Amino acid sequence: MNSLNRVVIFGATSAIAEHTARQLVQNGASIYCIGRNTDKLNRILSDLKVRAGNDQTIAGVSADLTDTNQHLALIEQASTALGGLDAALIAHGTLPKQKACEADVTLALQEIHTNALSVVSLLSLLANQFEAQGKGVIAAISSVAGDRGRQSNYVYGAAKGMVSLFMQGLRNRLASKGVSVVTIKPGFVDSPMTADFDKSGPLWAKPEIIAKGIVNAMQKGKGEVYLPWFWYMIMQVIKHIPEAIFKRLSL
Amino acid sequence: MSRLQSWNRLPQCSPDKIWTLTEHAIPAAEHAPHPLLAYGNGRSYGDVCLTDKGTLLHTCALDRFIAFDRKNGILRCESGVTLQSILQLVVPQGWFLSSTPGTQYATIGGALANDVHGKNHHTQGSFGHHVRAFELIRSTGEVLLCRPDHNADMFRATVGGLGLTGLLSWVEIQLMPINNPSMWVESQRFSNLEHFWQLNAEAERQWPYTVAWIDCLASGNAQGRGILFTGKHAASQSHLPCYKERSKRVPFDPPISLVNGLSLRSFNALYYRQPVKPQGSLCHYAPYFYPLDAIQDWNRIYGHKGFYQYQCVLPPQLAADATAQLLDVIAQSGQGSFLAVLKTFGSQDSVGMLSFARPGTTLALDFPNKGDKTLNLFNRLDAIVSEAGGALYPAKDARMPASLFQSGFPNWERFSNFIDPAFSSHFWRRVTL
Repeated sequence: MNSLNRVVIFGATSAIAEHTARQLVQNGASIYCIGRNTDKLNRILSDLKVRAGNDQTIAGVSADLTDTNQHLALIEQASTALGGLDAALIAHGTLPKQKACEADVTLALQEIHTNALSVVSLLSLLANQFEAQGKGVIAAISSVAGDRGRQSNYVYGAAKGMVSLFMQGLRNRLASKGVSVVTIKPGFVDSPMTADFDKSGPLWAKPEIIAKGIVNAMQKGKGEVYLPWFWYMIMQVIKHIPEAIFKRLSL
Repeated sequence: MSRLQSWNRLPQCSPDKIWTLTEHAIPAAEHAPHPLLAYGNGRSYGDVCLTDKGTLLHTCALDRFIAFDRKNGILRCESGVTLQSILQLVVPQGWFLSSTPGTQYATIGGALANDVHGKNHHTQGSFGHHVRAFELIRSTGEVLLCRPDHNADMFRATVGGLGLTGLLSWVEIQLMPINNPSMWVESQRFSNLEHFWQLNAEAERQWPYTVAWIDCLASGNAQGRGILFTGKHAASQSHLPCYKERSKRVPFDPPISLVNGLSLRSFNALYYRQPVKPQGSLCHYAPYFYPLDAIQDWNRIYGHKGFYQYQCVLPPQLAADATAQLLDVIAQSGQGSFLAVLKTFGSQDSVGMLSFARPGTTLALDFPNKGDKTLNLFNRLDAIVSEAGGALYPAKDARMPASLFQSGFPNWERFSNFIDPAFSSHFWRRVTL
C-alpha cells in the first residue's frame, strides 16, 4: 500500500479533484492545492481546513498550469509546504468544443497544450523527483475518450490519448524504482465540466464515486483504472471494432 | 437533462433548464432563462422547490464548509450542504443542530427557506431561531448580508421565504452542545386523543423533544390512540452503545402503491402494540431523529403516482376539537398513512414572515395519490382547518387552494414586496392567483 499522507493536487478546483481531496483529508492527509480560479480555490481550502484534523496541513496557491515555466517552482512550493511529497494528482483540463477546434487550428493546438503538453511537463518533473526519492505515486486524470479517436471529440481524445501513452511509458520506466504511475480513465462524470449534457442515462457517475476509485487506485498503485469499472468493458468493445467499420460509425 | 422532483413526486413539472451552481452568483439571463428558483436536495413534498418554466438553480455543488468555531458552536457553510454533512462534522466534536426536521438529507438552504421545525419546537423554536446570518444574492446585483439585526426585514422575509427572495450563498447557524451522539428516550402508549392531551402537556414541561405517532384509522373510543415519544440528549455515559448504520434501499418502483387499506390497517394495529419503554433507554441520534432515512428512496413504496402529505397547524383553543374532526373524516375515508404525527408547537413567535410553525398543534399524514378520491378528502379536511383558523405547511403541499394559503399566511402580501423580481416557483404562482 502506498502512503498518501502528503499530496499535491494540480487542478484542485475540478469537481473530481475536490472530492478526491476531501477523501484524502478524511484519511488524514495533508494537501497542497493548485488551481486557476482563486476565489474557488480559497473556498475549497476553507472547506478542507474545516474538515481536517489539527495536525494536517491544508495549503495551496492559484496558478495557471498552462504556463509550464512555473511547474518546477510549484512542485517545490508544494514540497516545502508539506515537508516532502508522497503523491501527486494531476487533474486540470478543459473539455473543448470539437466543432470550434475544427474551425480554428490555434484553438485546437491550445487545447492540446492544456490537456496534454502541460500534463507531460508536470509528469516529467514529478517523475524525476519521485525517482530520486525512490518512492511515490503519480496519478493523472486521462479519459476513456483517449482510447480511440471519434469524430465528435477527437481533439480532446488525442490529448488524453497522449497522456495515457506517455504515462504507460513512464510506468514502465519507474516500475523498478518504487514509483507508481496511475492513469485514471473516468467515463461520464456529472460535474460542472459537463453541465450542458443530458445526464439521464445510467452511465453518468457522481464525482464522489470517481474520487473513491482514484484514492483506492493511488493507494494500491494500480496502473490504468477505468472509473466506474464497467467502462473497461465498454472500451474493450470500442477499441476492438475494426477501423474499416469504425470509420463509418457516428460516434 | 436530468429530472428534478420533489420527495412525494408530485406535481410533475419540468423547468426549461437546470443549472448547477458552482459560484456564489446568479448566472446571466442568456444562459439561465427567468424565472429562477433554487433547488437543494428535493426533500420537500410538493412544488415549493419546483418550477415549470425558467431555470432551476441546483445547489448540490455548493456543498462546502466555510468556517467552524468549535469553541462556540458556530458553523458557516454554503447553502447546498446537507444536514447530514453538518452532523457528521459537528456531532463528534460535541455539537448538534439546535433544530432539525425529520430528514437529514435536507440542505441547510432548504431548512432556512422553509423555516423547518423539529420535535423540540416547544423549547427551541424552529430552524430560523438559530440562524445567525446568511448571504443573499439578488438578481439585481445586490449581495446582502442579513442578520436578525441587520437588513432585518430581508432576514425575516427570507427565513421561511420559500426561496423567493433570491439565492442563498451561505448560512451561519448556532449549534447546541451535547455530551455524546446518544439520546435518552422514553415512550408511552395513549388510548385516545383525550389521553394524549394529558400526557403531552405533562411531557412538554419535562422533555425537550416530544412527538406522538397516532393510528389515524382507529375510531370511536380508540380515536387518536398512539404512542408518545419523548427524548433528550443523553448525559455523559460510562459506556456508550455502539451504533452501526444499516441503511436499506427500495430498489424499484412497485407497479402500484404498497400503501393500501389492508397494509395500513395491519401496520397501524401492530405499531400501536409495539413494546413501549416507559422506563427509558439510550438510542443513537440517527434512528431517533431520522428513522425514515434508514430506508433510502422510501418514497418509492407509493409507486410512480407518488403521494401527498397533509400537514396542518391548528390554533390552541380549537386544536382538540378540530383534530378530532380531522381524524373522524380520515378514518371514514379509509385513506391515511403509516405515519400520522401529532405535535404541539411552543409559544415563541416565528422569525419569518411566512413561517409555518406557530402556537398550536400540528398534524401530519401521508396519503397515497388516488387522484380525485384523495383530493376530495383534502377538500373536506381543508374546510375543518379553515374553519378553525389554521394553516397548511407550504413545504408539504402540492395542492392547497390559494384562499387557504392566503388566510393561513396573512403576511403574504407584505412578504411579496421582498420577492426577487427574477424568482418564482410553481407553488407561489399557484397560491397567489
